[in-house]
Amino acid sequence: MRGLDLRYFVRRIGMFFLVIFAAASFNFLIPRLAPGNPIGAINSRMSQASAGIENGQAMFEAYRKRFGLDDPIYIQYAKYMWNTLRFDFGESLSAYPAEVWEIVRPAIGWSISLIGVSVLITFAMGITVGAMLAWKGTPKLVRAFLPITMIGGVLPYYLLAMLLLYLFAFTTKLLPMSGAYDSGIPRELSGPYIISVLRHAILPALSIILTSVGTWALTMRGLIVNTIGEDYMLLAEAKGLPKRRILWWYSVRNAIPPQLTHLAIALGYVVSGAILVEIVFSYPGLGYQLYMAIVNSDYTVIQGITLILAVSVGLSVLIIDLIYPRLDPRVTYVAESSG
Amino acid sequence: MNSATLPGTTLTNLKATIGGTFRRIIAFFQENHMFTFGVLLLLALFLFGAIGSLWISPKKADMGANPLNLSPSAEYPLGTDGLGRDMLAVMVIGIPNTFKIGFLAGAVGVLIGTLIGLFAGYYRGFADTLFSSFADVMLVIPTLAILITISAYVRVVTVEIMAVIVGLLSWPLPARVIRSQTLSLRERLFVEVSRLSGANDFEIIVLQILPNLTAYLAASFVGAVSAGILASVGLEVLGLGPQTVPTIGRTLFYAFKYSALFRGMWWWWGPPVFTLATIFTGLFQMSISLDKYANPRLKSAGRG
Repeated sequence: MRGLDLRYFVRRIGMFFLVIFAAASFNFLIPRLAPGNPIGAINSRMSQASAGIENGQAMFEAYRKRFGLDDPIYIQYAKYMWNTLRFDFGESLSAYPAEVWEIVRPAIGWSISLIGVSVLITFAMGITVGAMLAWKGTPKLVRAFLPITMIGGVLPYYLLAMLLLYLFAFTTKLLPMSGAYDSGIPRELSGPYIISVLRHAILPALSIILTSVGTWALTMRGLIVNTIGEDYMLLAEAKGLPKRRILWWYSVRNAIPPQLTHLAIALGYVVSGAILVEIVFSYPGLGYQLYMAIVNSDYTVIQGITLILAVSVGLSVLIIDLIYPRLDPRVTYVAESSG
Repeated sequence: MNSATLPGTTLTNLKATIGGTFRRIIAFFQENHMFTFGVLLLLALFLFGAIGSLWISPKKADMGANPLNLSPSAEYPLGTDGLGRDMLAVMVIGIPNTFKIGFLAGAVGVLIGTLIGLFAGYYRGFADTLFSSFADVMLVIPTLAILITISAYVRVVTVEIMAVIVGLLSWPLPARVIRSQTLSLRERLFVEVSRLSGANDFEIIVLQILPNLTAYLAASFVGAVSAGILASVGLEVLGLGPQTVPTIGRTLFYAFKYSALFRGMWWWWGPPVFTLATIFTGLFQMSISLDKYANPRLKSAGRG
């Protein structure tokens, strides 16, 4: 591929696996370093639920055997890593014998579409508004937009989510308050179902978009301003190209690639924020499942979801890094300029 | 910026330096309205908590200490929540706790980050490669995910433990900033001069490099406090924060758990939302004015 040499490619992929490896190792180590033990926690939870369990000790032993806790630690580690690689996170503790993967899989779709669509809209809006702010001919009305969104940019997503929910769902009842679709409609690709899904997604998506678009616009304006002194801008002006064309085809085009780097850095933050937005709206994505798992002390589900979050952020950053040199020919990772 | 403070400063020099620093701090506040505004916002909130606790008995923040679900009135200016807590008392106790977590977490994060950054940037080589790759890996993994796993197992009991756990994970960003600055500072002339005049590594780092990092340290600290509060409130909202004392995030956790939003009890979720908005606004104002000092190029770019 243009601008990509094999060494950089291998290094970048290696970095991705290092991230997954680190996240998985954290997941393995934390429960073993923490005081107390999960089996004891399950036992005490079960005895709370049914006022004492028979053969508690025998069950304890059975669990130890089942989870391989009698093996030496490095065997446990190897087994754990092998299972993780196959997306086998074991069984849910609260919804036993359902597998963690079965519980998590439907949630992934909801989260990816919510976060993905919000990020794309934010990105497009941020670029457009930022470009317009840097341009002298922009009407005052658009200029007033920035300070307003900057106020939102200070807040964590879920605070705005609560305000939006109160204003548009609770008070005015314009939009639904919780969930991802109306339960009365059959879940198939029909008109009413799609409309219901969209109506449920508006407020969660707006919470993410409105709080982040200001920052995007501001950095975009900075990047555009930086292009003003460049030679190609001077040449474009000297050629007598219309101002509008210079802005969109010369300035904006050159300012977009660095924004992608910002996106790669911001992604972990967006995902963390979206977790809490899902809880506000009881939106059935990974964040809400995580919340339910914490409430139910379902450790295997908690581990599965946190690992999936780390992997998906790592993967998105990897993809952005790999397409980056394709989008911006000025950036090459050939030979020693790598890293 | 105070550069080239050569070792062997006499006491009178030191006094003059302290006086000069003090005057410079005053001038800084006068010049940076946004920074001052941010500090005043935070100070106002802190005083609300500090002075409030002199008037209001902390017992009123206990469950069942008051009638349930009262909207604001003369007796309960912020109403009571669904579990019979006086919301005013909850806020008065919760705000200082949230500040405490933020500042402690920020201090831990910046301290570790600075030590690692100075070490990696000054000595370079293998240690630098190791620390930098580790920091890069940590930056990609969403911190909240690790924090959730830790808190799910440890079930944090006190405000202090919470702050330290959050702080232990927030060092990569400060470390990266300090490292890159140290890398460039160590090549500067005044460092070279001091090395030639026989200063050892420790003296060079503490007396030559560190004083030139003040702006970066301050900016990193404000950023780390902000990130610390954000992360800890996030955990508390999930029900993973300190279990025994009221914090802003824990108030929100109860508001979610007992559907305050759907029951129209705005006085339950409103005050914590307002408080958090004020805290983040204040910290944001501080961080953008500090960024101008840490990153002078922004100043000219911002003019447009």
